[in-house]
Amino acid sequence: MTTSSKLATSKSSLSKSSLSKSTRSKSMARRTLALDILNHAALGLVALLFLFPFFWMVSNAVRSNAEVLAIPVRILPSVFEWDNFAKAWTQLPFGRFFLNSMIVSVSVTAITVVVSCLSGYAFARLKFPGRDALLMGYIATLMVPAIMLIIPLFLIVNSLGMVNTFQGVILPVAFGTFGAFLMRQFFLSIPMELEEAARIDGASRLRILVSIIVPLSMPAIGLLSLFTFIGQWNNFLWPLIVMTGSDNATLPVGLTLFQTQQGTAWNYIMAGATLSMLPGIILAIILQKLIYNSIALNAGMGGR
Amino acid sequence: MTIAQESATTPSRSAARRRNRLDIKEGRTAFFFLLPSLIGVILFLVVPILASLVLSFTNWKLLGKPEFVGFANYVRLFSTDPQFWAVLRNTLFFTAEYLVLNIIISLGLAVWISSLKVGQRWFRVIFFLPTFTPGIAVAIVWMLIFAPGGFFDFLMSAISVQVPSVLTDQTLAMQAVVVVSLWAGVGYNTVLFNAALDMVPANYLEAARIDGASAWDRFWKIRLPLISPTLFFGTVMTAITSLQVFDQIYVMTRGGPGSATATLGYAIYQKGFQNFQMGYASSIAWVMFALIMALTALQFWLQRKWVHYDN
Repeated sequence: MTTSSKLATSKSSLSKSSLSKSTRSKSMARRTLALDILNHAALGLVALLFLFPFFWMVSNAVRSNAEVLAIPVRILPSVFEWDNFAKAWTQLPFGRFFLNSMIVSVSVTAITVVVSCLSGYAFARLKFPGRDALLMGYIATLMVPAIMLIIPLFLIVNSLGMVNTFQGVILPVAFGTFGAFLMRQFFLSIPMELEEAARIDGASRLRILVSIIVPLSMPAIGLLSLFTFIGQWNNFLWPLIVMTGSDNATLPVGLTLFQTQQGTAWNYIMAGATLSMLPGIILAIILQKLIYNSIALNAGMGGR
Repeated sequence: MTIAQESATTPSRSAARRRNRLDIKEGRTAFFFLLPSLIGVILFLVVPILASLVLSFTNWKLLGKPEFVGFANYVRLFSTDPQFWAVLRNTLFFTAEYLVLNIIISLGLAVWISSLKVGQRWFRVIFFLPTFTPGIAVAIVWMLIFAPGGFFDFLMSAISVQVPSVLTDQTLAMQAVVVVSLWAGVGYNTVLFNAALDMVPANYLEAARIDGASAWDRFWKIRLPLISPTLFFGTVMTAITSLQVFDQIYVMTRGGPGSATATLGYAIYQKGFQNFQMGYASSIAWVMFALIMALTALQFWLQRKWVHYDN
């Protein structure tokens, strides 16, 4: 922008009319620049206000409980009690809940990825009777709201004797049909020639899947893992129902356990809430490009 | 097909048989590849769907034997249950208000972000952050903000507005739930719509600008029609999730005060896992499913009027 206006000024010395023109365009450019800065600043302010609950959570996590609902309201604690995080981690015990959440989320993600790769490959590359009908059935199940299945799923888990166990929380949510569909779509985009050579050499389908297809499918596997992990990490109703013992509670469930107690330890709860939000926030920032691209894919598919 | 081939020419017979054998082998491989998924889907998806439907026609209370009661649960829901109409009204009220505000705010933010020259991706991340955090944690933080003597009270008294305790007020409690849900949920659609706006070809807008179309006209006549399929997709998905709202309500109000914020999702939990009326709760679940289907069908019908498909 500056070079073009400089160019314009050097040219403008040739005639009077172009001189006045260039000063006008210069002031206009200056005005658009000012408007641009104002525009950025205004949205920046909105973004800051939007981030306030995060700030409020951390600010309340590191103060004494007496200062949490003190009047007048304190924006910042008088003393920063950073060891509240350590206390919440060991005493409440958010460390245990964190571990439980990790076990559940990682297990569900691992099972989902393996099962989805296998079934997605069958849908994409293998011929068998009723394939298209079965795929349609899989897609149709995506419309069923999760909350509808809560009651029968609990009854099944109960009859299998898996209430208050990790397998009881993990297994019923690890076989979603979305992964099979996602992996199928991705596998279809891999050229057939890449596996034909291996087939002529006599490699089994499983071997082809593991050593040729899966390494090429890391973007899709990464996406499936990310959204499965976050979905499980944030899941509440299902672990609430299955994990009846407080030792086995996941983080979201654990957060609600202390809510009703007398003299709620708000500062520790806020510390626990901060801990529960950390993985998602870190992943959202590090993987912003992957997330944006996957959502952009949805935006593009919406047009079809 | 193979029979016709076989009778026509003898030499191709062995080839056909070999192909047949290969097909059978491939079918067997497919079966083993699908088996883990199929077992899971049947056990944890197909059986539960059917079981839920069957349960909704029984009076099972977890202990004791289920008894077939026909449509009694559904009749009770719509005629004698004193709470159900309120639950239905709350759910529809929440969905309508949340859906409209979510789409307007996220579209506004998406357009605003797309007008920026630098830092678009950072603004996208900021508004997206709550989407990736546990809804329960979000609700607990907001509960502290809305608690008596909390930050919201402080703000209101600073501008000397008298407000009753938000979470225990008949009308304000639902508004608090809407605010929290918006904060938590507006980011996904913002990124979705922003991505769609990014895909609008720049030369369309440039051509319109040269023809003298104002920014206002360019938005309503070019960008909005071009992203309308994505807008439709976002609206349908948001409607489906908002009909199932549960987490925020469990934490912030437990359906109260009275039943002012009790929604279908909360009623299913309450009837099923507090009163252990598994049959009755299942019938509520099916009402919810029917509602989701009806709303989705309605939106697909309405889309002919406003969604512009570019073929």
